[in-house]
Amino acid sequence: MTQAPIAKAHVRCELNGQPVEFLADQHMSLLEALREVLDMTGTKEGCNDGNCGACTVTMDGRIVDSCLVLAPEADGRRLETIEGVAPPGGLHPLQQAFLEEAALQCGICTPGFLVAAKALLEREPAADEHRIRHWLAGNLCRCTGYDKIVRAVLRAEAEQPKPRARRSGTA
Amino acid sequence: MHPFRYVAASSIDEAVAVLREHGARARCLAGGTDILVQLRGGRYELDALVDVKGVPEASAMRLGRAGLDIGAAVPCYRIYEDAKVAAAYPGIVDAASLIGGIQIQSRASLGGNLCNAAPSADGIGPLLVHDATVVIAGPTGTRTVPVDGFCTAPGSTVLDDDELVVSVHVPRPPTRFGAAYERFIPRNEMDIAIVGVASSLVLDRSGKRIESARIALASVAPTPIVASKAAASLIGEPPSEEAFRAAGEIAAGEASPIDDMRGTIDQRRDLVRVLTRRTLALAAQRASAGAAR
Repeated sequence: MTQAPIAKAHVRCELNGQPVEFLADQHMSLLEALREVLDMTGTKEGCNDGNCGACTVTMDGRIVDSCLVLAPEADGRRLETIEGVAPPGGLHPLQQAFLEEAALQCGICTPGFLVAAKALLEREPAADEHRIRHWLAGNLCRCTGYDKIVRAVLRAEAEQPKPRARRSGTA
Repeated sequence: MHPFRYVAASSIDEAVAVLREHGARARCLAGGTDILVQLRGGRYELDALVDVKGVPEASAMRLGRAGLDIGAAVPCYRIYEDAKVAAAYPGIVDAASLIGGIQIQSRASLGGNLCNAAPSADGIGPLLVHDATVVIAGPTGTRTVPVDGFCTAPGSTVLDDDELVVSVHVPRPPTRFGAAYERFIPRNEMDIAIVGVASSLVLDRSGKRIESARIALASVAPTPIVASKAAASLIGEPPSEEAFRAAGEIAAGEASPIDDMRGTIDQRRDLVRVLTRRTLALAAQRASAGAAR
């Protein structure tokens, strides 16, 4: 029995602050759609089964493995990928810290680490080393041994603008 | 991957209609952290995947007088980030906050954990020791079954092809109740339990005797199981290291583990002893702390 071909899904979402509209196979992952339909190849495919975090993006502000999201699930959602991390003409402080601390070698895992670490710092600007390691446990790196990555996140955290001291004085 | 239709259902009826149409060739999608991996790995083929995250009953979480209702598609983070739920159900939060990593917790749900029916499921043990029930919807309406017995074999459940899990109901715990879940894995995160143990107990008014207890074991049988003899051994006993150790010994006998790539039979039995003792101690501590509030 031959089945009628399945129509493509029409997906409308916000991607790195811009409205985006695209067609994708209904069984296509968000990762495939980003790379192959939208030609945004900053997001990397590592394991393609949710273990390595190389394909980490944010969806409505929460980090997800884009290999474990279907493209049509992105309809109506707000996405951010590595392409949205750097401000125009510069680097995000985390990217700068990754360079300073040599927190990458082959670089395949780096976009995922940056997107995940950015989400952590936005949520918990004073996360300690233990928390950083816990938060990044879903991201694998086979080059650095992780210490340099953790140091880079701590450095970016230390260099971020301090929130103004409260008038009451006590911390 | 075999092409399938993605259907974003907005009601239970709509979801059931798609399941009816496709029979065994359709399944529900919650967080997708297991099903998409299985489809991509070719474990089975589907013609339709029904996303239930838009079904109000499946995406709601309500804490009320009767207990906690967790929609089948509620992701783990919503459970542990809810301060009231976290305070009232620490045993469930233990599991929700250690399933996968942060990315997985953004998506994975306890309903999905139940339907995936892995012997090693982290989310099922805590539900078992809370006497939780599963609300199932199908063509003729809804039915409620205990979590105990919901999983029938690895990857199998009591669900018919045209049924879906709508939510899980966790009864409001009695006073002086405590629960805890711990698992053993070789690293700290992102791994499958070699053994997981959930325990709960209720202390008597004096706080010096155990009134009732429940113990559930993961990764030591074809499904997560209740260790009822071990739990029964605790009734009337003081919440002591000695009683917990004895219960652990009995629980090890109730387990029927296998040797596999993750662990051996002996290691698993030993882990049941250790984790039963530890989770009972933590549950007792939480029961006392709750009583003191």
